Amino acid sequence: MAAVEAVEDKDLIDRAWAAAATVADPEIPVLSIADLGVLRDVRVSGDRIEAVITPTYSGCPAMNTIALNLEVALEEAGFRNPRITTVLSPAWTTDWITEAGREKLRAYGIAPPQGKAGRRALFGEDRVACPHCGSSETQRISEFGSTACKALWRCRACAEPFDYFKCI
Amino acid sequence: METPLFTYTLRLADTALILGHRLSEWVGHAPILEEDLAFGNMGLDLIGQARSLYTYAGEIEGLRRDEDALAYLRDAPAYRNLLLVEQPNGDFAATMIRQLLYAAFAHPYFGALSKSKDERLAAIAAKAVKEMAYHVRHVSEWTIRLGDGTDESHRRAQAALEELWPYTGEMFEVDRVERALIERGIAVDPATLRAIWDRTIDEVLEEATLTRPRDGFMQSGGRSGRHSEHLGFILADLQFLQRAYPGATW
Repeated sequence: MAAVEAVEDKDLIDRAWAAAATVADPEIPVLSIADLGVLRDVRVSGDRIEAVITPTYSGCPAMNTIALNLEVALEEAGFRNPRITTVLSPAWTTDWITEAGREKLRAYGIAPPQGKAGRRALFGEDRVACPHCGSSETQRISEFGSTACKALWRCRACAEPFDYFKCI
Repeated sequence: METPLFTYTLRLADTALILGHRLSEWVGHAPILEEDLAFGNMGLDLIGQARSLYTYAGEIEGLRRDEDALAYLRDAPAYRNLLLVEQPNGDFAATMIRQLLYAAFAHPYFGALSKSKDERLAAIAAKAVKEMAYHVRHVSEWTIRLGDGTDESHRRAQAALEELWPYTGEMFEVDRVERALIERGIAVDPATLRAIWDRTIDEVLEEATLTRPRDGFMQSGGRSGRHSEHLGFILADLQFLQRAYPGATW
């Protein structure tokens, strides 16, 4: 009996995950919250579905919108009164952006984070490939960009400016 | 009666909020667009940290005060922030130096706090440490550019350093409230961060051709509610709307 319930739960969770994964990041609409690693878990909580999300940055202003859109997406998929929980730990890292997510970023004109998170704070060096032409002849214009998660770069080969998704 | 954990969490929250507010004052006024964005982003990091900390402080206290009640409905003597962060923005150099002095401390501080036995503080700190690493990097580059720049930028950066140095001692103070929490593995003992802070500051100042001021009289009192006159003006600005129209939302 328990085994049957477990199978049903898994099916339910898979459907809920699929619905939750349709929610786009409001600031980078080509990415879903699943691509971004913001969607951490979908589980059954009593008779409700619970989706767990985590912010990219402490002050990320997109979190309220994401939680609201997630609730709507789950309701529309038939899950009544879903619960949305925000967790801080473990802290989000760009390492959680999926391969598909990185490809979507590049196609959208945003250079995906390079390498692994956790390098030295002071005088760190970045080498970032241009998402337009692929050249590594690039230069940072500004450490901070249009959103908390991006920096502003410029390509010296094709002369295009671009956003770089900061590695944290 | 305030519990030590409430006071401690509130100190961290107030410091983050007040510095975040100070940085937000630059928005629309920074000398170049990139720095306008940078101040806005760094301010947002700090206010985000403050929100998580206030929410936790309210839960510890158990009097149903949420983040808004704690930020908007307390007067200056109830604020527990470091005096350093309420100091006026001054010129661009003064804001950068203030941010350097704080970020070079906050970065290793949150790194240590992320190993706290208090899981909630550890989780908040684990996010904050990543953000503060960026602040250290950004303001270090600016400190070098200003210090090793023109005579005028050097003069201003050095003047800001002299002006703000007496506020750095408070970061390393430990009172009875914190001592008890340090012994329980909850709070961070700032003495363990002294060498790291010294090294970062010395490395940046040397590159910037700036002279490290001598340690002399150090200002103190912010973390027990004794503030400079500047805090009242900040709160007047920050709290006006909720004081004039309690509970207003939009």
